[in-house]
Parts: sequence; structure tokens; C-alpha cells
Amino acid sequence: PDWFHWTRTSFTEASRPFAGLSDVSISEDIPVEGDISVPVGSSRRDEEFSTLDEPVKETILRDLRAVGNKFIHVLYPKRSSALLRDWDLWGPLLLCVTLALLLQGGAADNDDQGGPQFAEVFVIVWFGSIIITLNSKLLGGTISFFQSLCVLGYCIMPLTVAMIVCRLVLLGSSGTVSFAVRLIVVTASFGWSTFASTAFLADSQPPNRKALVVYPVFLFYFVIGWMVLTFSPSQ
Amino acid sequence: MSGGSGTRNTNTEPWGSFDDHLIQGSGAAVIDMENMDDTSGSSFEDMGEMHQRMKEEEEVTAEAAATDDDTHDDGEFLGMKGLKGQLGRQVADEVWQAGKRQASRAFNLYANIDILRPYFDVEPVQVRSRLIESLIPVRMINFPQKIAGELYGPLMLVFTLVAILLHGMKTSDTVIREGTLMGTAIGTCFGYWLGVSSFIYFLAYLVNAQITMLQMLSLLGYGLFGHCVVLLITYNIHFHFLFYVLWLLIGGLSTLRMVAALLSRTVGQTPRLLLCGTLSLLHMLFLLYLHFNYHKIVEGLLDSLDGPHMAPMQRVARDVAELTLNASVRSLGVTLRAQ
Repeated sequence: PDWFHWTRTSFTEASRPFAGLSDVSISEDIPVEGDISVPVGSSRRDEEFSTLDEPVKETILRDLRAVGNKFIHVLYPKRSSALLRDWDLWGPLLLCVTLALLLQGGAADNDDQGGPQFAEVFVIVWFGSIIITLNSKLLGGTISFFQSLCVLGYCIMPLTVAMIVCRLVLLGSSGTVSFAVRLIVVTASFGWSTFASTAFLADSQPPNRKALVVYPVFLFYFVIGWMVLTFSPSQ
Repeated sequence: MSGGSGTRNTNTEPWGSFDDHLIQGSGAAVIDMENMDDTSGSSFEDMGEMHQRMKEEEEVTAEAAATDDDTHDDGEFLGMKGLKGQLGRQVADEVWQAGKRQASRAFNLYANIDILRPYFDVEPVQVRSRLIESLIPVRMINFPQKIAGELYGPLMLVFTLVAILLHGMKTSDTVIREGTLMGTAIGTCFGYWLGVSSFIYFLAYLVNAQITMLQMLSLLGYGLFGHCVVLLITYNIHFHFLFYVLWLLIGGLSTLRMVAALLSRTVGQTPRLLLCGTLSLLHMLFLLYLHFNYHKIVEGLLDSLDGPHMAPMQRVARDVAELTLNASVRSLGVTLRAQ
């Protein structure tokens, strides 16, 4: 509305911020409403939430509960902002390490060269999410850097689950049937990851550019999914 | 920006942020309406940015004070030096300070993003049409063709090419360490894109062609679309004839498109031949290189890195003369051979 634009221009004249406030005229047909809360007692919030004198176990359990809560959000991606509001990188780290450890010891590794596989997963996951985040920032997204990292990291979870399933399947047999099962599992979890991360990230993007933001996300999970699918344990 | 910069809005709803400002109490409750649409929830970054901005302001004020002193001193000699030198010095001073401010701001990550943002200002429809146009050469060389200066499409195409290369290395049963594969793929793609762009730009500068570095990056980046398509197909279906057809058809089309764009922006026979010959040679050979010669190069690199005592890599030849298919369609190949 007009009055909003007016205030916008006047407030940006930061040298005399309230200079034009005296002649504000609000047109009659727009009702002025809303509530203004006076923030006198809001510093109280910090005092009642003290973690200094609680047992360490409680602290750890609370953090773990928060991480688990976010896992549930990824598994059932409804458009909530819980994953965005209080981000953490514990979950992504946990998932990334699990995935890298599970991908360890494949046929692609020689006996003395186990390291690069682990490092590759790490590099792909972290650099990939950093690039996606920068891309979304460049396209005009309004999400913060670590929020995006958090979401992308947590959304690897379906693929980690798929990796566990793949290893279990590979324990049994490694024929065509096992390949078909793995293909289905990995495809499903890939779709799941992409869908979940899109559900969280899409809201922060300008509506006409969602496809441009989704494409690198798609590529990112596709590469990880491909690594999971092509994994074969050494004999 | 100066008065209200102490407070920064972190809320999504337009009027929900009054209490934040009042709590922080930085002198006056001034609302910075410029940052109204920022929904970033982390106060961490905001604090950092605030700090940065405050520091910048301090610097600017200090500089302004210094300039004031200077001008005051010089004012006394005005009669001796003359107005002209005085003015020139002042302008030079101001320009230098503006440049310095710009440079110091360029180190800030967020400001960096703001510098790059115009190059990523595209719509999905535009990207799609540019991808299609990258395979359609335009026969108009009398008038400079329009080349969009944009980096989103090229960057994404390079990443796609990296993914396709990784996929190709895996399906080709190349047994090399993964980290090296990954690094090589990224290095090859980005090296080609940046290296050839700068080389052609340098040549274009020498022969006085009208093209900027940004346009060159965009042109060559979109030219990689053909490579992506060809490699995606031929890494899955190893069939020599198919590859050569696609190489000539799709690779040739994308090369022709770039050549036409360059031709229209260059004047003279020799410069055109030099520029377009180099570009088309490099572009077509790169596709050949990615398809065929990749493994040997990687092995050679590894050997030279790890020393001669290393055991030779165990590998399987990927491109054999007969029809060989990927693992996913290998059963089809078996039946074909049986007939």
C-alpha cells in the first residue's frame, strides 16, 4: 500500500529519521490496527533459562532431542520453520560422518588407500551445500547461510538410510535382484531428500526462480545418490 | 544508512520488530526500512554485519576529518598554488578514498555477494531459451550479436559436467582413488571454462574484438551444454559411430554458435580466422579428450605424483571396437551379440 512506501522512503533518510513524521496522513479507508507490546520484562527470558547449574546429561539429552526432532521434520517434511529457526550443524555432521563411514571400505578403495573415500564424501557434502547456499543467496534468497547449510545437511538423512539398506542388501546377495532393490531404494530416498529440502528452502526464494534454486539441489543429491548406488563392498 | 544502522531488523512480519529495536536501545529507535525484507533468523550474522558497518562508518568519519584538516591547511597556501592544483588534488583524494572504501568493502562476504548478484539475475525461462539457443548458430555476422552476460547458466553447466564426468569415470570401471577422480573432474571442467575463456579473451583483446570477459565466460559456458548432452549419452552407450555423429552434430552446432557470435564481433579476415579457429579447435578437441583420452591422462598424472615405484593401475578398456554397453543395459547387449 501507499502508506508503506511513503514510510519506507522517509525512514531511510537516516540523518533525521522522524523529520517527516509530523505530517503523516493515513487515508480513511485503511483501518489502522495491530498491537504494540511494550518490551519491559523481556530480559527475564534469559534468566529463567539458565543452563549453568544443570547436569551435563540433561544438556546433552536436550541437544540430542533437538537433533532428533529435526530428523522427524525431515522425514515428514511439512512446511514448518522449525528446521530453519534454530539451526545446528550437529545433525549434518552426524549424518555426514555416518554416510562416509558406511561408504568406507568399498571395492574402489585399495587396502592402503581408505582415506580419500572418506574425504570425498566430506568434501562433496560440505562444499556442495556451500555452493548451493551461495547460489541461493546470489539468486536473491532471504535465508541465512547456516540455515541453508543446516537444511541441506539434515536432508541427507534419507540417503544415509538408503546407504544402510544397501549395505544390508549387499550382505545377502549381489545379483540383479539386489541391484534392482538398491536402485528403487536409492531413487526413492533421492526424491525424498530433494522434496524435503525444497519444501524448506523454496519459501525463502523469489517465487519465479524456484526452478533455478532447485536444480543444484537436485544435482547435489543426485551425485550423493549415485555414490550410494554404485557402492560395492570389497570381497 | 548511518543513523539506523545500529539496529537491524530480523523479523518476518513488518511491524513485529519494534521491541527488538527498543531493547537494543542504541540511542534512538530508528527503523532501518531497507532491511525490512530480510528474514534471516540468525542474530549472529546480523551482529557481525552491524559491527562491520559501524567500523566502516568510523573509518569514513576519520577519513573525512583527515580530509578536512588537509583542505584547511591547503587553504592557507591557496594564493601560492592556485585554484587548479587545489581542485585536482581534492578530486584525486576523493576518488582514492572512494576506491579504498570500495576495496575494503569487497573483502566482506556479503558485499561480495552483492557485487556478483547482477550476474545471477535470470528467470528460468531465460535460462531455458539460452540453453536451446546455444545449439542454434545464427547466420548474422555483419552486426554484433547479442551475448547475455550471465553466470548462473554457465556455472550450473560446469557443475553438471563435473557430475557427468564423475559418472563416466565410475561406469568405465576406472579403479582410481575417489578423491583424485573428484578433484580431477572439478579441475578439468573449471580449468577448461576459466582457462579457455581467459585465453580467448586475451586473443580477442589482441585482435580488437568487441567482447568482454563476462560475455566470453557466458558464451563458452553455454557452449558446454552440447558437451554435457553428448557425454551424458555416450558415457552410457559406448558406441563409436554414435559418438562421432553426436560429436560432429551437437558439438559442431554449439561450436558454430560461438564462432558466429565471435565473428559478428570481430573485424577483418585474419583476426576472425585466428580467433574462431582457436576457439573451435579447443572446443571440439576438449569433447574428444573428455570422451577418449581421459584415463591415460589421469594415470600419467598419478604416476608422476606418486613416483615410479607405484604398481600400475588395474583397469579395463572402456572403448572397444565392438558394441559394448553399460552395466544397466548389458543384458541387452548380450542378447544382441547372441543373435
